[in-house]
Amino acid sequence: MKLLTGNDLKDGRVTWWTGSGWSLHVEDAVDVGEKGEAILAAEEGARRVNAPYVIDAIATPEGPRPAHIKDRIRALGPTVRPDLTLKPADPAAGEWVI
Amino acid sequence: MYRYDQYDQAIVDARVAEFSDQVARRLAGEISEDEFKPLRLTNGLYLQLHAYMLRVAIPYGTMDSRQMRMLAHIARTYDRGYGHFTTRQNIQYNWIKLEDSPAILADLASVEMHAIQTSGNCIRNISSDQFAGAAADEVADPRVWAEMLRQWSTFHPEFSYLPRKFKIAVIAADEDRAAMRLHDIGIQLVTQDGVVGARVFVGGGMGRTPMVAPEIVPFVRREDFLATMEACLRVYNRHGRRDNIYKARIKILVHDLGAAEYARQVEEELVAVKALGIDPPAAEWERIERFFAMPEGLAPKASLALDGKAGSAFAHWRARNTRPHKVAGHVSVTISLKPVGGIPGDATAEQIDVMADLAQRYSHDELRVTHSQNIVLPHVAESDLPAIYDALVAAELADANIDLVSDIIACPGLDYCSLANARSIPVAQKIAQRFADAERQRDIGELKLKISGCINACGHHHAGHIGILGVDRKGTENYQLLLGGSGAEDASLGKIMGPGFDEDGVVDAVEKVVERYRTLRSDGERFLDTYRRVGMEPFKEAVYG
Amino acid sequence: MVELRFRTDEAPEQPAVTLDAFLDQSNATAVRLEPDDEPRALLPHLDRIALIEIAFPKFRDGRGYSSARILREAGYAGELRAEGDVLVDQIGFMRRCGFDSFAPARPLDMAAVERALERFAHVYQPAADGAVPVWKLRHGG
Repeated sequence: MKLLTGNDLKDGRVTWWTGSGWSLHVEDAVDVGEKGEAILAAEEGARRVNAPYVIDAIATPEGPRPAHIKDRIRALGPTVRPDLTLKPADPAAGEWVI
Repeated sequence: MYRYDQYDQAIVDARVAEFSDQVARRLAGEISEDEFKPLRLTNGLYLQLHAYMLRVAIPYGTMDSRQMRMLAHIARTYDRGYGHFTTRQNIQYNWIKLEDSPAILADLASVEMHAIQTSGNCIRNISSDQFAGAAADEVADPRVWAEMLRQWSTFHPEFSYLPRKFKIAVIAADEDRAAMRLHDIGIQLVTQDGVVGARVFVGGGMGRTPMVAPEIVPFVRREDFLATMEACLRVYNRHGRRDNIYKARIKILVHDLGAAEYARQVEEELVAVKALGIDPPAAEWERIERFFAMPEGLAPKASLALDGKAGSAFAHWRARNTRPHKVAGHVSVTISLKPVGGIPGDATAEQIDVMADLAQRYSHDELRVTHSQNIVLPHVAESDLPAIYDALVAAELADANIDLVSDIIACPGLDYCSLANARSIPVAQKIAQRFADAERQRDIGELKLKISGCINACGHHHAGHIGILGVDRKGTENYQLLLGGSGAEDASLGKIMGPGFDEDGVVDAVEKVVERYRTLRSDGERFLDTYRRVGMEPFKEAVYG
Repeated sequence: MVELRFRTDEAPEQPAVTLDAFLDQSNATAVRLEPDDEPRALLPHLDRIALIEIAFPKFRDGRGYSSARILREAGYAGELRAEGDVLVDQIGFMRRCGFDSFAPARPLDMAAVERALERFAHVYQPAADGAVPVWKLRHGG
């Protein structure tokens, strides 16, 4: 599957395209198929996202898993600061990245 | 240290207004990201993996306690309670909001600080020796020349769209504590016939094509200094490559032309530039020099006896983390930001405040950032060392590991950086943990280990006695090991040992290399000395068997 | 098209020719320099030139700043025009390097240009615009 991701223009936080807007959680991301570039152009124009790009991911029961480690780190947060990730209470969260 | 006058302040204040205007135009959609990017970069604002990152300039690594406290304030107010001190003697914050950035710059300006030219294809913050003004071996205070360069390079109208970034370091001793020859321009102050002048090296650097800078001008008197810099830069701005980002640094130009031809072109350009009168008069040099005079009241004192504390944790820390000062009875203290298992260069807002307090009380209100990502209290009376040590212990800043194997330089790597191919910090943490035994570290002695998460080499891996380079191998992190680099006066570039390793594999490999060194070394030899004597083979054999 | 001009004389009418063409023909009075053209080739002819147009095909290519300064330092007093990818936030630096007219490929926000040009009252280094560097102000102008 293909996901669309970028950073929020104003606060820089990592965001994922949900089909109708942007979410901080990769679990909410939807498969954009071949429409990624078109959505990207429209959303960048609307200034809701900065530096968006399309990535490959695989569907899993827990939600989409980005194919590249860089995007998994973006989805979670820095592996060396679990307290600052999106899942600070989950000690196993970092393993999802690797 | 240097203090702004009305002009410096007006320029920095105008910059805050300018950037506020630029951010407003970006948020209103009047300028595209493509146009905004170079503008935000010359204000040190990057877009990284998780957020915007702001890099704040600390000119030649020197600050007072008020400025240091502002860094803590920014960490607390606009970030997530910590900052990361960098190999360029700056600090960067990882969780900045674009909308907050004008307010942060305004806060910085209120204490004579800024983020000007901390990124972008321009002349970057000038770096220098962290012991400047305190070191007994310097011929003059290099910060005087660095400040001259800071002013000259700030908003230089001709050199704000260079082919690529441009880094300058100034030192003033034979011992190189700033990796001077691994800069685009490296300057060593030397004395000739009783006159202090600059020996100019051009075309060094790390990154994809590491090079040690050749000497281009043997001696420049201060009255021709800026004209010479202007000539060096103009030749680069006109003829540096712009067709390939990986070949755009000045080292490629100097290498392709040859040092002699580049020097000839600089000399030719200098004839034109000298006529322009761009060098300030002696009175301006003297004005700046006065700011860098030895702090008032710093007078010789009696040395501190150890009072039966030999072998104590304090004695080890004192032996490792302090170095002699110009003035008897004083030392410069290096505070390690490399606790075992910690993140190299990171400090919490509370720790930054503690260091500010210590500087104010015990170091004539001065601090320095080192290119090895530690903090220095430059002017400390030996009699104050026990009190400082106790305060550092309480703040978890008392690691006695300066220049030892756990004093690792590491870039932020793939945990934070959008350019990285692999994580650096976890590798640094695992190596430090492997060598956590302090006794063993002391026995190993000086060993500079440097880790970069990509070929851009922010972690100076080429200059490590042991260097580690993280690469992406088919989507997984892989680490190459290099041996034999040095960023010091005996500058050399590390050589890749062989096939790479995974994260645990590279930690094992480092340990094997270090243990082989312990069996091979002769008396007094550092790891680097042994490597240079015996070469790569014995280490290769230890690792790959 | 020229959007901004900081001169009071009549704008030159003759179209700018390439450097090669200029050096070949003795009657041209306007010349266009590409980023990799050698501005010093014009030095013997400066007194007959009314317009030098310096091309900025991409705003990131800063060679034109050096070309401009070299020409001004050699005493060129005619019109010096920046043409191409010329953006609001570069005009200040360009003015300092001696440009006195601007022909941007896309229209400029004139209010933003005005704010940008008025913002910095002081400069650290002398350049081609005659602005007095702060070190001179510090030591009695």
